[in-house]
Amino acid sequence: MDHLDELEAESIFILREAKAKLDKLAILWSLGKDSNVVIWLCRKAFFGHVPFPVMHIDTGKKFPEMYAFRDRYAKEWGLNFLREECPPLEATDPTLPPAARSAARKTLGLKAAIQKHGFEGLILGIRRDEEAIRAKERYFSPRDETGQWQLKDQPPEFWGQYMTSFPQGTHVRVHPILHWTELDIWKYTRREGIPVIELYFAKDGKRYRSLGDQDITFPVPSRADTLDAIIAELETTRTPERVGRAMDHEAEDSFERLRAAGYM
Amino acid sequence: MPHTSGAAEARPLRIVIVGHVDHGKSTFVGRLLHETGSLPEGKLEAVEAMSARRGMPFEWAFVLDAMQSERDQGVTIDTTQIRFKTAARPYLVIDAPGHKEFLKNMVTGAAQAEAALLVIDAAEGIQEQSRRHGYLLHLLGIRQVAVLVNKMDLVGFSADRFGSVAEDFRAYLAELGVQPTCIVPISAREGDNLVRHSPRMPWYQGPSVVQALDSFAYTSLPVDRPLRMPVQDVYKFDERRIVAGRIEAGRLAVGDTVLFSPSNKTAKIRSIEAWHVPAPPREAYAGQSIGVTLDEPIFVERGEIMSHVENPPVLTTVFKARLFWLGATPLRIGSAYKLKLATTEATAVVEAIERSIDTAELASLPPDRIERNGAGEVVLRTKRMLALDEYTANPRTGRFVLVEDHLPVGGGIVSMEGYPDQRQLVTVRATNITQVGHAVSRAARAARNGHKGGVLWFTGLSGAGKSTLALALERELFARGWQVYVLDGDNVRSGLCRDLGFGPEDRAENIRRVGEVAALFADAGFLVVSSFISPYRADRQRAREAAGEAFHEIYVKAGLEVCEQRDPKGLYKRARKGEIKEFTGISSPYEPPENPELVVPTDTLDVEDCVALLLRYVEEHFRV
Repeated sequence: MDHLDELEAESIFILREAKAKLDKLAILWSLGKDSNVVIWLCRKAFFGHVPFPVMHIDTGKKFPEMYAFRDRYAKEWGLNFLREECPPLEATDPTLPPAARSAARKTLGLKAAIQKHGFEGLILGIRRDEEAIRAKERYFSPRDETGQWQLKDQPPEFWGQYMTSFPQGTHVRVHPILHWTELDIWKYTRREGIPVIELYFAKDGKRYRSLGDQDITFPVPSRADTLDAIIAELETTRTPERVGRAMDHEAEDSFERLRAAGYM
Repeated sequence: MPHTSGAAEARPLRIVIVGHVDHGKSTFVGRLLHETGSLPEGKLEAVEAMSARRGMPFEWAFVLDAMQSERDQGVTIDTTQIRFKTAARPYLVIDAPGHKEFLKNMVTGAAQAEAALLVIDAAEGIQEQSRRHGYLLHLLGIRQVAVLVNKMDLVGFSADRFGSVAEDFRAYLAELGVQPTCIVPISAREGDNLVRHSPRMPWYQGPSVVQALDSFAYTSLPVDRPLRMPVQDVYKFDERRIVAGRIEAGRLAVGDTVLFSPSNKTAKIRSIEAWHVPAPPREAYAGQSIGVTLDEPIFVERGEIMSHVENPPVLTTVFKARLFWLGATPLRIGSAYKLKLATTEATAVVEAIERSIDTAELASLPPDRIERNGAGEVVLRTKRMLALDEYTANPRTGRFVLVEDHLPVGGGIVSMEGYPDQRQLVTVRATNITQVGHAVSRAARAARNGHKGGVLWFTGLSGAGKSTLALALERELFARGWQVYVLDGDNVRSGLCRDLGFGPEDRAENIRRVGEVAALFADAGFLVVSSFISPYRADRQRAREAAGEAFHEIYVKAGLEVCEQRDPKGLYKRARKGEIKEFTGISSPYEPPENPELVVPTDTLDVEDCVALLLRYVEEHFRV
């Protein structure tokens, strides 16, 4: 088994644990490279099937390429696809900086969607290496009744045994690719031939490393216009992945405040 | 260090950094990242700028404290995962915390590691957490440990001081049976002995930290041990019935005969299923998450362990364990916990505490409890039969987690010392048995008793009145001089069937045993009244086959609404609330008899009339 095989086997194990132990789960599909890998891993784990609804929380502000990608692969991959909308910006916490406020819309939309469908848990494509605070996450991460993440008092997680039963009212986030890196994602995408949105490839000397809303996501200088070139670029870069995400740079604690309130 | 693309092909070795609070773990990691050229661009400058802005002197530990709350509290609270590379290979660092209340986080981090660095302050020497972490590393199964004696700059780079700390700790680890890979004197803050040998400690000839790291071996799942695949789930996709799981040890190939434990069923591997692969695999190995189809449609469920027929796991309801305890309430004798071992779950009761250990001092405590952050040796007993291994034989199926109020509160490793494998008790060895003919004939027994032996098999919903009628009938017949005996749930569940739970298979096995026992009683001349819901026709048919002509099926009949209204034990109420799973009539089926010998309608007749009906039937059919 090579490194990618090991990562894949671990993720499949986690997805199968989630399916066996939790009811009413959905995959959150951001349309980005990470959640595409999660869907792909589901098809590996469940022999071509995706046995969970796949939900896109639509801010209405994504790139046209992202919508085209979504509509095409929801069909091609035979997904049980759900689209949910976000409330207007006015509904968010006005003390947050502007870009974080924009991101907070998604959290509100997500909470409403969870309520509407009665999901007990969500499967998310976050990774420990993305952001310092995501490094603190567990594979099975409980949220209390208010959706809060008790990051200082998380359950221990060891020996492949996860917290899979919860007090009434708990919501759980399952993170099957928590242990992957950005480079792992691209290498796996290349190996498996997983489709990706064109925006990740360099055009006129710039490309997106991470995709969010149009107004708060910016391309970074790059000449990587193929998967091979992206992988070569990442093997030498020391620039962080979310450098093009405005909300990460507004204040030292923006991301933490968003996450504690239920942001992905 | 340069980022060579060659090194990127190797997977990172997972290491954990442990040790007492303030002994310099975060400083060490921050400095190591810098020394190996592994910091993200701008990170060092950003942290320096932030320190200046806050009017604090720069510290290497700030590099890691990317979180607001950490800076506020001034202590690393959880495992963060950080990567760096040496010339030899990449590493994934799990920066485990040192505060006592965060031992569960240390366990979470360390359990993922393949090797550990244990940091000790040269000036302070060995402290509580140094010992605790040393103990837990051992229990967690981490065998590669390098000890770093830090802050050598504070003790004037003294060889004597290093020697005395190193010797003390070596002696402590020796008590646990652990031998450290090496003990390195360092100054994390100044960078001494991290990558290159420090000119300030010429007396030290051993490896630098990076050399020590590069000497660690990758640990991988044991392909050469006996096959173990805990069943995670059984999927029915596209007409295929796929048994899914991760191979924790060994290997398998298409055509192999496999054994499922504890159900003790065998089948052959028909195929190994996989999606989006060039060709269907013919073999699979430890570490892979796979799915197989079998040549026979045997009933297999989550929690069983698939092995080969040779070298199967141990079957037992009792075992010894060494465990560590994280629970807020101490572990006590008699307490019951949910035990999770591989993919199975069972209720486990602490039968004995043989040793309770304070891991901070390695001292023995009175063995009536094991306190939080302590460890010990216990005997655990489960109701259900478990398939497991000695930890030393197959670690991944020889360790378990205990859960209380949904939270993991302890972890332990299994020892079968002094306890037998119970597999022979559940394996049919019919070929070795020749039935012995009895010297006393059935007719002779009937003649003496005045009645024939037989089985009155009561079946019906819970609350239909089976036990009430069985006991009333027993009293009446006994008064008339009959050899009569009631078998019911309580008197077999506490003894004959104590190893069985309430899942479909265990219930079937329960009924099978009752059927066999009833048949023996009948053969001995008794009239047996068995009082079990026995919801499945197939099970009752087997009981009929065991007793032959002596078997009489009595349908104690009352509708579900009536039974639910009576609810003498409050069970329906609890089942409706979901507190009882697989409750007959509510969440699990009842198959009424098709041709019972007698129907006793308890919803239309009162108890006396029912007993009278039964007595007439018995007199008619069994009186000689």
